[in-house]
Amino acid sequence: MSDPTTLANEAAAIEPRPRDGRQTHFTHSREQTSEPTTLAIRVRDLNAWYGDFQALHAISLDIPANRVSALIGPSGCGKSTLLRWFNRMNDTIPSAHARGSVNLGDTDLLSRTTDVVDLRRRIGIVFQRPNPFPKSIFDNVAFGPRLHMKLSRTELQDVVEWALRKAAVWDEVKDRLASPALGLSGGQQQRLCIARAIAVGPEVLLMDEPCSALDPASTLAVEDLIFELRRQYTIVIVTHNMQQAARCSDQTAFFYEGRLIEVGATTTVFTKPKQQQTEDYVSGKFG
Amino acid sequence: MSSADSLATPTWRGDLDDRVSKYLGRSQRSLKLVRGRETVIYVILIASGLFSLLITGAIIYVLAIETVSFFKSDEVTFANFFGSTTWNPLLGGTKSFGIWALICGTMLVTAIAMSIALPLGLITAIYLSEYAPRRVRNVLKPVLEVLAGVPTVVYGFFALMTITPILQWLHGGFSVYNAASAGIAVGILCLPTVCSLAEDALQAVPRGLREGAYGLGATRFDVSVKVVVPAALSGIISAFLLAIARAVGETMIVALAAGSLAQATFDPRQQVQTMTGFMVQMASGDVSNYGTEYYSMYAVAFTLFIMTLALTMVGNIVRRRFREAYE
Repeated sequence: MSDPTTLANEAAAIEPRPRDGRQTHFTHSREQTSEPTTLAIRVRDLNAWYGDFQALHAISLDIPANRVSALIGPSGCGKSTLLRWFNRMNDTIPSAHARGSVNLGDTDLLSRTTDVVDLRRRIGIVFQRPNPFPKSIFDNVAFGPRLHMKLSRTELQDVVEWALRKAAVWDEVKDRLASPALGLSGGQQQRLCIARAIAVGPEVLLMDEPCSALDPASTLAVEDLIFELRRQYTIVIVTHNMQQAARCSDQTAFFYEGRLIEVGATTTVFTKPKQQQTEDYVSGKFG
Repeated sequence: MSSADSLATPTWRGDLDDRVSKYLGRSQRSLKLVRGRETVIYVILIASGLFSLLITGAIIYVLAIETVSFFKSDEVTFANFFGSTTWNPLLGGTKSFGIWALICGTMLVTAIAMSIALPLGLITAIYLSEYAPRRVRNVLKPVLEVLAGVPTVVYGFFALMTITPILQWLHGGFSVYNAASAGIAVGILCLPTVCSLAEDALQAVPRGLREGAYGLGATRFDVSVKVVVPAALSGIISAFLLAIARAVGETMIVALAAGSLAQATFDPRQQVQTMTGFMVQMASGDVSNYGTEYYSMYAVAFTLFIMTLALTMVGNIVRRRFREAYE
């Protein structure tokens, strides 16, 4: 496997491609597109199990900040398991356990003493199926902020509007914030879920196959959004869709049977893969 | 056309075609049989449905007829029945049929029962569904359901022999028969109903909603109270209403422990008579099966029927209002 620093530089070398998709209307003060990348998440020698079944074998991986990292591989290769260790989502599965180290800055993500609540505020997650709460659109986005901060009504409204604008869904919902979120289309629901995740101010956004339950048009909208969001957030996306990984990620990591086979800049992995298995997978020979 | 030529009958066809078309013809005939059987099944199903409708209709008819003959009596008036709080159908020359005394007794016992069963049942359900490890849940839930299978007469004795003495020890004002003791026993009786149904409703909430909330940094308590319970509210309300209906209709416990003096009081230390309690007293006592006091039983039953009907209807409206579809 290649050296982490070269990786980060490789990832940084990819220029943001011009996209004809939606633009977010909100301009954040901290525009950060072409600065060199720093490290966001550092995984070292991570082994993970479900009961006796070892799902991950000695994974070492660097996730660069403000870039989109795609985790690809066939079903059951461990990519979702890895993602779910990043925010300790696996805590909800009694048989899941892991050894090794995963760090977000100075925070040891696997430590027993880590404040999981704060960790999940810093590392948001978007799931495969849009899962808005059966509440109003406003209450969905306000759910996280209400948990973590004491905000006045107007402050909360600001946060909700900001998050919905960031998630490129504001224009579609601004006139019906009080209506049920479940009345939205699948694509809108997924962008709402992204807004809900953004609203607590995370540093990292994890996305577990965020487009696999969406139609092609909604998929495009969400991909545009992902690409746009990486200016401000570190994004890790698990996907089955190789075109999607190629379209919207900067770094790609290929997993097979619980092992990290190859990781590198997306263009490299897709055009000049070093491993035969990677080439077979990205060229569609299996998977 | 050339493509038609290529479809010319191959040599194997002739015989097989004939035979198969014969089979298919046969299947055409058996289709009629299938239709006939469908009709028979349809009729049986309709009949079963109508049967329960018929039974309900017959019960209402009997209740209504006897209630009418009750009100025909010289000893009772509408004004007395709906306007008085004195229920004294048996003793002395001044009979009085003020239904409010019985309604009051029923409401008092039900209120006491629900103030125990609803909060405790819901909290237990939340514990079982959201907090308890699988092993604890697999033991606790069947145990709770056994509680629902205990004959109510046992609860009645439990109330009279155990709960009442404890209450009397705690506070001197409790009489031997009292509303509190019966209410507590009815509450314990309803607890498994509330708990089991509410737990089913909580379990039916999709895992994705819980994960969504956990992913935002919600604690287990946040997830339970702010996501899972609201999402399951319609099922929880159903559980509550079923429990209330059961408490209103509960007979044996109140007949044993609540007393037999109908009085319009909201003092749980006093003895009260519920509507069901009165009916047991009438049906099992040595009252002749005619006379106003006998027919009063039907009038009480009819009132009880109207009350539970109203409860069910209100329940359906409330449930529709609170309904939160998951997807």
